[in-house]
Amino acid sequence: MWNLLQIELFKISKRPRTYIAFAAIAAIVMIFQFAFKADGESYMNLMMQNIQDNFELDKSKAINGYFMCYIILNTLLIQVPILIALIAGDAISGEANMGTLRLLLTKPISRTQLLLVKFFASFIFTVVLLIWMAIIALFLSMAIFGVDDMLIFRAKGEESQILQITKDDILWRYFAAFGYAAIALTVIAALSILLSVFAENSIGPIVATVCIVIFFTIVSNLNMPIIDKNVKPYLFTSYLVGWKGFFYIGINDEGQPIKGSIENWGSIRKSLGILLAHIALFLGIAIAAFRKKDILS
Amino acid sequence: MIKTLITTFILTIIIPVCVAAQDIKQIVSQVKKKIDLVSDYEASGKMKTNVAFLKIPIANVKLFFKRPNKLKLKSEKGVSFIPKGAMSLNMNNLFSDNNYTIIDAGTEKMGNTLVRIARLLPNDDNNEIVLSTLYIDPVNLVILKSKTTTRENGTYELEMVYKNYLKYGLPDRILFSFNTKDYKLPKGITFDFDDGAETKKVSTDLKNKKGQAEITITSYIINKGISDVLFN
Amino acid sequence: MNTILEIKHLSKKFKDLTAVDDLSFSVNSGDVYGFLGQNGAGKSTTIRMMLTLIEPTAGEINIFGMSLSKNRHEILSKIGAVIERPDLYKYLTAYENLKLFAKLSNINVTHKLLMDQLDMVGLADRSESKVKTYSQGMKQRLGIGIALVHNPDLIILDEPTNGLDPQGIADIRNLILKLSNEMGKTVIVSSHLLSEIELIANRMIIIHKGKKIVEGFVNELLDPSKTLVELETTDNIFATSVLKKSVYASMIVDVNEKIRLTINKHEISTLIQFMVESKIQIIEVKPRHSLEDYFLNLTKPE
Repeated sequence: MWNLLQIELFKISKRPRTYIAFAAIAAIVMIFQFAFKADGESYMNLMMQNIQDNFELDKSKAINGYFMCYIILNTLLIQVPILIALIAGDAISGEANMGTLRLLLTKPISRTQLLLVKFFASFIFTVVLLIWMAIIALFLSMAIFGVDDMLIFRAKGEESQILQITKDDILWRYFAAFGYAAIALTVIAALSILLSVFAENSIGPIVATVCIVIFFTIVSNLNMPIIDKNVKPYLFTSYLVGWKGFFYIGINDEGQPIKGSIENWGSIRKSLGILLAHIALFLGIAIAAFRKKDILS
Repeated sequence: MIKTLITTFILTIIIPVCVAAQDIKQIVSQVKKKIDLVSDYEASGKMKTNVAFLKIPIANVKLFFKRPNKLKLKSEKGVSFIPKGAMSLNMNNLFSDNNYTIIDAGTEKMGNTLVRIARLLPNDDNNEIVLSTLYIDPVNLVILKSKTTTRENGTYELEMVYKNYLKYGLPDRILFSFNTKDYKLPKGITFDFDDGAETKKVSTDLKNKKGQAEITITSYIINKGISDVLFN
Repeated sequence: MNTILEIKHLSKKFKDLTAVDDLSFSVNSGDVYGFLGQNGAGKSTTIRMMLTLIEPTAGEINIFGMSLSKNRHEILSKIGAVIERPDLYKYLTAYENLKLFAKLSNINVTHKLLMDQLDMVGLADRSESKVKTYSQGMKQRLGIGIALVHNPDLIILDEPTNGLDPQGIADIRNLILKLSNEMGKTVIVSSHLLSEIELIANRMIIIHKGKKIVEGFVNELLDPSKTLVELETTDNIFATSVLKKSVYASMIVDVNEKIRLTINKHEISTLIQFMVESKIQIIEVKPRHSLEDYFLNLTKPE
């Protein structure tokens, strides 16, 4: 199994498209960093639109490395599924397309094993991609913008809130958030692999994954009560942004944030459970389908 | 029984009249004199902000003042939200020129203190302050409460508690109330995670879009000179 | 003689299409077994079933005396295969491709082993080139190198000469003969060209529309003095049983739809006389010129 995984990782590492993801992330992050370095205040002004008159905020302090990383993740984690799909969606279908799948499967390895290895390789790719993201979106931002307390602008149902987390209470939240994101993106990887089983070329599953994610995300964010209640809880995409839960700090009765706390652990645990269940489901169907599949490519 | 009634009558009717007998203009002038004792100060303390949408920690703040009307509220470290109306913490502002009309608005009981109420109406129609109402402790000659209506920034209310720095007329605790709009995130900015947590019920006072900042001062450094740079 | 591969009543249906229909045959140790049929006859489907790429609808495959469905790993580790075009990882070098597949074959992979293998297929000097720079012939040779790297006992080559130039075809042919004659390997090689099979195979099968037409020794099937005769009777089962007990038993090549025998031309009249005497009611006796003509006729574009 380990041998097989090594081979799979070796193949991924040798493909140019693998590095597209890393380059794309670096490019997006750096554009963000440049834009905020140049004119972060206008973003702050936008966020504080209607309370500008009432409060004074030292915006240069507020736009710090921690804040930057949050803004970047907020945007980027919507796009990263595409990059994951680029690799995972290719897992089986790419081999079928190249004609190597039939050669692989005449080797003494089981299909279940091969599929699991493909999945683990995609998982490792996802984790490495997130580590890369942490390096440039978090640590590089910290180096460029410095560190300070972090503001979270949050829409909570009908209300909006501004949360402030003190700077010594942030880093662990990021580690937790990246961990959560790894699980969330692994759902995408599992979905891509599932779709990949049914296709003979890699474009199909990649596009299909992206379409599903975009469609579900739009539905998840329609903000219509009827959908929020009846549809949203059943879409896995609703839980992709659950990493933010680690930044929703607990609030005491006086309205002050409680250091080291999280508002709703239960919901994060539940989201993680749902995501893990999706991984198991997608992978289970993928394995069952792959075992039965006649290899005609 | 009759004795009690008479006592009550005396307490509620006679005494206020007696106190009111002192000229309100004189009181205000005495208060101003006391305030004028301080030409600058640097105060250290903690600020607790009470605004429905703001979930921010208690901040260590510094309050700087320099005559005639420079005042700055700063957070010692970290990111902080400073209410814009904080300028009204500066009582000098109210008396910055002598160009106002004082109206005696009677008395009121605040805790155990019977206070005199003075309304200050600037004579200049273009003054930022439209009206100030001061609740003055006539014995200690300090302002216990003030309501300031401004042209641009709504109404502020200050409540002050004096203890250690009474002789300078400087409060140990300031409760600053101000109007604030409800915070609304620009639409479509974030894909938010609905963690299903119930929004805690906020007090009706906060619901009325009133914000409060409670500043507890631990120490003052008074009349030791202060740099103008601090106010930039 | 050892039976290495035995296929019994193998069928595969894809929705409405029956690609392989009740196919039975066997391959012996040391055979170069020709698997002949026109394009779409069911050769590839059969070969893919032998390699577990396609699940049979019915039937049984035994290789090395074991059931393929039950001993997949053990059997596959002793088989080397090239299926149609040998598509490889184009972004990897020949050496990397070979190493990767060698590692999947449960063998001890050494640099020397890999280089020897590349040397055998004549690619040693191009071992560090990416496969995308290879010609079709080189890819084919590398594919065979990969199929042989773990020293398999049974080698399955599906249309190995497809798309090759004459020199490439000759190279593959020589390689197959070397594998068989010098290394004692059993080789199954499929083709749609009788001429190809004739040159290298000792035994062969011809299939058409998923069904077996004939199976036997190449030199006997293609003996120019023999004629293929198709018999149609009122009761083929009875006729078959009678013929199988007679002197004609060894001449029977197929009893599926029609009874087919290869027989000397001058013996045909004796055969008819024997059948009449045996109370077999003949409907038709149809002589073919030769197996070759027959096959060419089958593969002729309609």
